[in-house]
Amino acid sequence: MRLPLRWQSSLTLILFLFMYFPIAVLGLYSFNASRYSSIWEGFSLRWYQQLLGDGRIFSALGTSLAVASLAVAISAVLGTLMAVGLAKYRFPGKGLYQGIAYLPLIVPDIAIAVATLVFLSAIGRTYFGIQLSLWTIIAAHIVFCLAYIALVVSSRLAGLNPHLEEAALDLGATPRQAFIQVLLPELLPGIVAGCLLAFVLSMDDLLISSFTAGNGANTLPMEIYSRVRTGMKPDINALSVLLILGSGMLAFVAEFWRAGGDSSGSLRSNRAQSK
Amino acid sequence: MPQPKPTTNIGPSSPVPNSSGPSSPPTPLPTGSGPGFPRSRRSLGLPGWNTGKRLIQPLILLGPAGLWLVVLLLLPTLLLLELSLIPGFRLGQPPGAYGLGNYVTLLDPLYLTVMGRSLTYALGTTALCLVLGFPVAYWIAILAPQRWRSLLLLGFILPLWTSSLLRAYAWITILRPSGVLNSILAGLHLPGQAWLNNTPAIFIGMTYSFLPYMVLILYASLEKLDRRMLEAAADLGAQPHQTFWKVTLPQSLPGIAAGSLLVFISALGDFVVPDLLGGSSSMTLSRLVYQQFLGATRNWGLGSSLSLLLIGAVGLAIALLLKWGNRDSDGSLL
Repeated sequence: MRLPLRWQSSLTLILFLFMYFPIAVLGLYSFNASRYSSIWEGFSLRWYQQLLGDGRIFSALGTSLAVASLAVAISAVLGTLMAVGLAKYRFPGKGLYQGIAYLPLIVPDIAIAVATLVFLSAIGRTYFGIQLSLWTIIAAHIVFCLAYIALVVSSRLAGLNPHLEEAALDLGATPRQAFIQVLLPELLPGIVAGCLLAFVLSMDDLLISSFTAGNGANTLPMEIYSRVRTGMKPDINALSVLLILGSGMLAFVAEFWRAGGDSSGSLRSNRAQSK
Repeated sequence: MPQPKPTTNIGPSSPVPNSSGPSSPPTPLPTGSGPGFPRSRRSLGLPGWNTGKRLIQPLILLGPAGLWLVVLLLLPTLLLLELSLIPGFRLGQPPGAYGLGNYVTLLDPLYLTVMGRSLTYALGTTALCLVLGFPVAYWIAILAPQRWRSLLLLGFILPLWTSSLLRAYAWITILRPSGVLNSILAGLHLPGQAWLNNTPAIFIGMTYSFLPYMVLILYASLEKLDRRMLEAAADLGAQPHQTFWKVTLPQSLPGIAAGSLLVFISALGDFVVPDLLGGSSSMTLSRLVYQQFLGATRNWGLGSSLSLLLIGAVGLAIALLLKWGNRDSDGSLL
């Protein structure tokens, strides 16, 4: 086999390095003894020590995990139901429903954040006595988590045999049984992939959290943002390394899960063709 | 061999499982294959057949999410529209009369500059991502060994899963005056540059953030490319660059359009990169909106009109693409 040694190969290699260079820099400097200089002044674990003794970071991490878990759990239910409903029914106003549901995928975060703030502080506070808090962050996060989960589940639904559920119904299953015992297991890889995506996006969100948190809550991106704005913080390097390891593992599981289903399928079909 | 259990609740299409013979397992159902078979009970559309029940199921499926979206997305956006029509609205003050004052303010040269800058950043980032991302996607999808393709793609988009704030922070470490890049340049006896808080930093940071999206979408498009056409072009004596311009590129146009749109709208609304890497001189629309609500100068009315401008710009980009896409391709875009 002739190895494709072309200019595309070199450019691809350079861009791969480009993608990992900043991450490598964060990793390297998290072990640098120096605080300000970019010159290597020896190996040190002091930033990790400082980080582990930092209560604010860990309480912010806890808040972020709580927000992401709750928002994703609720969105998983709402988003899956919505995706199934949209695939199943035609009704007047379906286009509008769909358009609004997928709006968070295209509208900039800042616009959604601002709209939610305006709504919560104008209507919510006046009529319902809603104070900005952890719960308003979760409520706002559900809006975009819902869209991502529904999107992934919909694409999974589109690849399914539409007659499967009908077959179950024809065989005498109640609609609920058909949904839970037939459709849901088939949709599970899509739901899991969608949840992981939504979880990572929720953990990463700065704007929507900042606008809906009030003084009541502080998520990890908000804490990082307020620190990073005021200069170099070597302990943030250490935090980056830990978070990147965590989310990298999550990403690998998610992509593996998603790609695993596809590639094993194509492998099977290749084998079938070669026979 | 497990037989399908006889059930009391069998619908009109009950002969279906039996039609494939008594010994066959229940899994390979010939649903809808027989002529004249009703595909399901639902599609029969029996008039008056428990209409109430049939409304319940769609309501269970679509109601909760719909309610959530109306309360936390539709109403807020409509409220934003209303606020944008109240000139100079600030929280805690009685709202003034309706008017287009906020939108007139947007025509101020100060704000027009900000809009122009946002647009330049977004368009420039899109162009950079396209120029850099296409060869990468092409290499992974066409030139790389097949068994490595998904792994290579996964490797390229993996950094997307890390926090965008931390990725921007990493670029601060690299680009600041005494940072990694200037240290490397000094090592090569080259003069250092003021990268941070400048336009290059924004382009580097945004391209870094959105390149994986572009590669992902272009890969999906190039992977479907009909390779036989590339071979046919080569057999018919086309030079590689001719094959590229006349066969590869036209076939991947929908992917190029979709990827560019995604990068453009992400870059236009991006806040983290311009705010952390751009410094005070590179005010963008999203940073301006942030300031109107959480910053020092609070004017919710003006901020609302700026947000709507942002939404409008994104909507316009999508509408243009759809119109262009429908004319030039099969319309299967997006």
